[in-house]
Amino acid sequence: MSTQVLDNINGVIPASAVIPAQAGIHDHGHHDHEAEVTDKVVFGFWIYIMSDCILFASIFGAFAVLHNNTFGGPGPKELFSMPYVLVETFLLLTSSFTYGLAMLGAHKNAKTQVLFWLAITFLLGLSFICMEVNEFHKLILEGNGPQRSAFLSSFFTLVGTHGLHVTCGLIWMVLLMFQVGKHGIGAITTRKLTCLSLFWHFLDIVWIFVFTVVYLMGAV
Amino acid sequence: MFDHILGKLDLSAIPFSEPPAMIAGGGMIFGAIAVMLLVTYLGKWKWLWSEWLTSVDHKKIGIMYIIVAIVMLLRGFADAMLMRAQQAVSVGSAHGFLPPSHYDQIFTAHGVIMIFFMAMPFMVGLMNIVVPLQIGARDVAFPFLNSVSFWLFVIGVVLVMLSLIVGEFGRTGWLAYPPLSERQFSPGVGVDYYLWSLQISGIGTLLTGINFFVTILKMRCPGMTLMRMPIFTWTALCTNILIIIAFPILTVTLGMLALDRYLDFHFFSNSFGGNQMLYVNLIWAWGHPEVYILVLPAFGIFSEVVSTYCQKRLFGYATMVYATACITVLSFIVWLHHFFTMGAGANVNAFFGIATMIISVPTGVKIFNWLFTMYRGRVHFSAPMYWTLGFIVTFSIGGMTGVLLAVPGADFLLHNSLFLIAHFHNVIIGGVVFGYIAGFTYWFPKATGFKLNEFLGKSSFWCWLVGFYVAFIPLYILGFMGATRRLSHYDASTGWHPYFVIAGVGALIIAAGIGFMVLQIGVSILKRKQNMDTTGDPWNGRTLEWDTASPPPFYNFAFIPHVHSVEPHWDHKQAQLHAAEHPENIEPKRPYEPIHMPKNTGVGVMIGIFGFFLGFALIWDIWWLVIASGVAIFISVAYRSFDYDIDYYVTVEEIEKIENEISSRVKA
Repeated sequence: MSTQVLDNINGVIPASAVIPAQAGIHDHGHHDHEAEVTDKVVFGFWIYIMSDCILFASIFGAFAVLHNNTFGGPGPKELFSMPYVLVETFLLLTSSFTYGLAMLGAHKNAKTQVLFWLAITFLLGLSFICMEVNEFHKLILEGNGPQRSAFLSSFFTLVGTHGLHVTCGLIWMVLLMFQVGKHGIGAITTRKLTCLSLFWHFLDIVWIFVFTVVYLMGAV
Repeated sequence: MFDHILGKLDLSAIPFSEPPAMIAGGGMIFGAIAVMLLVTYLGKWKWLWSEWLTSVDHKKIGIMYIIVAIVMLLRGFADAMLMRAQQAVSVGSAHGFLPPSHYDQIFTAHGVIMIFFMAMPFMVGLMNIVVPLQIGARDVAFPFLNSVSFWLFVIGVVLVMLSLIVGEFGRTGWLAYPPLSERQFSPGVGVDYYLWSLQISGIGTLLTGINFFVTILKMRCPGMTLMRMPIFTWTALCTNILIIIAFPILTVTLGMLALDRYLDFHFFSNSFGGNQMLYVNLIWAWGHPEVYILVLPAFGIFSEVVSTYCQKRLFGYATMVYATACITVLSFIVWLHHFFTMGAGANVNAFFGIATMIISVPTGVKIFNWLFTMYRGRVHFSAPMYWTLGFIVTFSIGGMTGVLLAVPGADFLLHNSLFLIAHFHNVIIGGVVFGYIAGFTYWFPKATGFKLNEFLGKSSFWCWLVGFYVAFIPLYILGFMGATRRLSHYDASTGWHPYFVIAGVGALIIAAGIGFMVLQIGVSILKRKQNMDTTGDPWNGRTLEWDTASPPPFYNFAFIPHVHSVEPHWDHKQAQLHAAEHPENIEPKRPYEPIHMPKNTGVGVMIGIFGFFLGFALIWDIWWLVIASGVAIFISVAYRSFDYDIDYYVTVEEIEKIENEISSRVKA
């Protein structure tokens, strides 16, 4: 309603009335504009990811300080099952690959391919989250929840923050699948897919560090 | 079930037994109702909603930031007056008028408000108004995100103000060190108010940082290379880099403390292997860069002001840029000087001490650049220039006491003493506050279209300057005498009393300065007709923001400027002066083209309202409301994500109408 009022106040016409929002290749004016927006958004999203990197770095730092402070409780060797974590890792790594296939589809304007691979990525990501929740659940039932020691506090926070990011990524993916279904592959949806792609691969990289620092280094 | 529908909240949360809090809270509510009645009486709600609250225009968002910052300056200063008054009378057998539990809340609130809800929004507000204009852009990179940032910041303000009358605020000092801030020792909601107000507004600040970083790097007009950017834009760029790197650390630190308090984690607890010093390290890894986040833009303002009012190109532009960049990098390797007494060992302390002292080198470069700009310049002594001169003297003194504190051996004696308090007020008031007020006075006509009253501005300056010295020199002396910070009472035999009384008088003089400031704004608004800026360039300026009208049209520039030097507006004026000899330097008239602009949106306000409920519910353990407002925020964001119709074209006729109106103003 407010936008309508403003349009009348300013005596202007909405952009959509000039040129359709999802412009094809022939609409040069709007196409240039969308390219400019994509440039800014993708760059801005990179910067956001860098700040997220700092966020994870701080939690890794806290884990590094606290990882020996088990306060008489169990340490990583007693708690973690490497084969289980390896399966989690492969689920997430594979999901990055399938997201890549979805992006290839986007660049080919193949809507069905995009939706298909996004769905596969979603299922892989969801399986990863379910496995993680299951691991957390088991630890808490055994009395080894985050309240047990500073080591476990930092473990749950580090792995949980990553899991929370993946969950947000999954929700975002569902929203994007609806948008791709509604609008098809255009400048705007491709831009959004690109940002989620960056986010998803970034989470994969963070997980490599989690896997190494928390699980592998904990096992030795 | 019904018992818990409001979580921990019941009538006992309202501090009926504490008259000062009730009076202040009552005044606040009265003020809010008065403003609402006034808006209703004037029939301006629709205007307020569609022109301001839902606006994504960087200039309007900037003005709203500064209005809130000035209101919070009054609140933070009221806290300061209470502390000064308490310390001036609470000696020997007298215990003053504030019980320790209330006094502790006041010094905590004073620090939190002045840094997060006065200085930060003032800086972000100035940046909002000025940066896009200085780089010849039509808005920021992400206008909607800018609106969201503003409303997230407002949530923090509302929560802090609400803690006056519903519950309490933290009693932990402005950085809430554990274990004192853990649930065990601070069982009330005070620290929770602290945590959620900072957490939510901090996320807004991070979004602002990303937004302006992208704006400055991606939206400069043609010809404006990095080394042609105005110095204020340079300092804004460096500040935003600091925000992007430092604020995630704050988010993590506050998050961990929240987990400790709410879910019994053991990051910083005394037992179960927690490590209190981890918190202190993390909070200062954010906190020290934060100091430079605040002061770098002030340095930028002084650079603009000196150059404009001395009618001279800034001396040593390149060294100014490099000095700013040096400070940006160095600010990340000095955090440990806030706790030399931790016991990290001589070598670690020596490293951080020396790194701290090195920062004074690029800062000294800046001071000399300003002095050399004045040297043989035509200095116009208007109010912003007064603030600049006051700054140069005051900040140099504060810098020197800082170098003194950077010596670990001296710091062991002065740590947490009033010497430290005097030092950081010396640099924050002398640097940050003087700078922002100078910038406020300097750019006020650009934002509003009329100038501020000179005489009242200068009166305000003299009161601030004199008041500052009278209030804080005694604190330096008290520090040497062994007085520690945050005392609500002391013994008569200490001999401190006279100094505290003098400091109280100083605070009264500063109060007069703030009074003059408020008066200045009021008088200037009432008499705005006499002080109109019809030219868009009231100070004979040099940079692009003076190239457009005051206030600028919502699209800033009808034509995106092309620049060829560091002082494009000065170039344009020179070209006009020498039009007869060099007609080729005058840009030919071009036809207007439609301008692409973002549409206003109420989603930012919605996120703000739901975010407030989220914060409030988290503080009071109202879990159903946490879930409900969380879902509402998600729906707001998703709604925005599904909306593809977010911008429009301003037609050529509309632009012609606005531009004709502007040029008729200049002729009249």
